[in-house]
Amino acid sequence: MLVRLGAAIAAVTFMSGAALAQGKLTDPQIAHIAYTAGVIDIAAAKQAQSKASNKDVRTFADDMVRDHEAVNKQALDLVKKLNVTPEDNDTSKALSKAAADKLAELGKLSGPAYDKAYVANEVAYHKTVNSALQAQLIPSAGNAELKGLLQTGLKIFQGHQQHAEHVAAELK
Amino acid sequence: MQPGCLRLMIAAFAFGVTAIPAHAATIQIVIENLVYAPAAASAKVGDTIEWVNKDVLAHTSTAKNGDFDVMVPPKQTVTSVLKRAGTIDYYCRFHPNMKATLKIEP
Repeated sequence: MLVRLGAAIAAVTFMSGAALAQGKLTDPQIAHIAYTAGVIDIAAAKQAQSKASNKDVRTFADDMVRDHEAVNKQALDLVKKLNVTPEDNDTSKALSKAAADKLAELGKLSGPAYDKAYVANEVAYHKTVNSALQAQLIPSAGNAELKGLLQTGLKIFQGHQQHAEHVAAELK
Repeated sequence: MQPGCLRLMIAAFAFGVTAIPAHAATIQIVIENLVYAPAAASAKVGDTIEWVNKDVLAHTSTAKNGDFDVMVPPKQTVTSVLKRAGTIDYYCRFHPNMKATLKIEP
């Protein structure tokens, strides 16, 4: 229990901690974080497409790949248009590291245990990303178009969170 | 051109015109930021719905009772003709929290 709590605190604080250490995030950093967050969810969904046994879970994974690829394409088009080069940063690095660990952990599971763990992580992950968008990324974004894309992203990802919560409830 | 041929063309043209029901209307439903607007629309059997997707995401308009299932690709407009009356609850298969109602009168 203590170990799990410790891990949870670490997971919650790494995002805010890393960001705070840098002071205010710049637009190139924000773009990188948002794009990385999308890449992470696509990787998780692709793993689910090959591993999930439940039909609703597979459908959900299909939805995640379709939407996050569409949003990330928008993000790439926007940074190109704005002539901004996304900049790697501690928050992106921490996100990628945590995601790689999670992917490995989920990779060891199979059957209904995998389905439950994947969907539970999708709920938690979208919650984390959505609160980061609301509390940090959107308020810090300087460019209006970037801010707009993040706001659209937030609406989409809030939908994903609800969808994941619904699938999670059905699996119980 | 032979006179018979011309008569046939006139007949075909006249038929084409009369075949369109006078009351058929086109109703626009816009999908933007994962919301159908208007959330409650009314139409008649034979009317055309113009589904306008302003999002970068693919959506569907799927009747709960199976009467229609329209795929609306990102940034595109798709039309469908209403075939049956009823009050239809529909949703997006890709984003199940998107819901709206279409009242179709006979």
